[in-house]
Amino acid sequence: MRLQISTRLAIFAILELTKRENRQLSVADISEKYKVSSHHLAKVMHVMGRAGLVRSVRGAGGGYRFVGNARRTTLLDVVQLFEDLSPVEQGTGAVDATPEGQTLRAVLGEIDDIARATLGSITIATMRKLLDLRDPSGGRRSNASARSRSHRPL
Amino acid sequence: MNPVAIDPNVRALTTSMALRVRRVQAADISYVIALDTRITKLAKPKYWNDVFRRYGKRRLHERFFLIAKNRSDRADPRVLGFIIGEIRAWEFGSTPCGWVFALSVEPEMRLHGIGSALLETISGEFKKAGVDKMRTMVERGAQLPLLFFRSEGMMAGPYIQLEKDLD
Repeated sequence: MRLQISTRLAIFAILELTKRENRQLSVADISEKYKVSSHHLAKVMHVMGRAGLVRSVRGAGGGYRFVGNARRTTLLDVVQLFEDLSPVEQGTGAVDATPEGQTLRAVLGEIDDIARATLGSITIATMRKLLDLRDPSGGRRSNASARSRSHRPL
Repeated sequence: MNPVAIDPNVRALTTSMALRVRRVQAADISYVIALDTRITKLAKPKYWNDVFRRYGKRRLHERFFLIAKNRSDRADPRVLGFIIGEIRAWEFGSTPCGWVFALSVEPEMRLHGIGSALLETISGEFKKAGVDKMRTMVERGAQLPLLFFRSEGMMAGPYIQLEKDLD
């Protein structure tokens, strides 16, 4: 399964914001870490703001804060803000009405169901746990080594 | 070996309440039945008594029927949660691994680390029994148990469950 850049950015941004409780980061902070356009990230944050996952804090030292519930917000909640995960619908072409078209639709529907169930079973808190297992330094080591080498953009 | 004794120092860290996890005993079964009935809305005393006979009394080196109780009130007979699992070997070509096939926590006592304590205790028993992998199976739409097992670090395994209607 491939996710759009916006979707991945949204997940990364939430993981950054939830690294510590009440953490507040600017779009520039996050875009710098992932070497992405701050303009693009600002749009992503705006979408998440409208969905009630993050809140912007104005003024000096402002930025964004995660305001969702990390133990209740799943990857599916984030992903479906940017991706169309609706079930495969019956196509309108003549081929879609054939037994072959319907059989293929059933198989693709199975794949979609599994993808949705997987994304819906992993919360932000679980992602943070997995991340901490993979990187117990909390990103400090990778940040340091990342600074010392050139980044490949997302 | 005393088959009833399972780590008496279970879980002070991940639980927000004092818990005691131990093997099930005959006196617990009525509380297990009551808990399961509250959750599933189906009373199955015959089933649970049979499970107790098979998993609470026999082949205890590879079968684990554990319950969680309130540690600070030993007079409280209630069962706050239970977990059942066993070591299964060579099914579907798998090397021996621990299978968890039942886990239940008192609905009003959820989010207090009871499920985590039960899962951690049975994981320890599986490891002591010599296996290094634990598996379970959850219905795709059952979000609550899925969220729980995922939060405990469980991931999709290498097997895909398949089924068909028998006409």
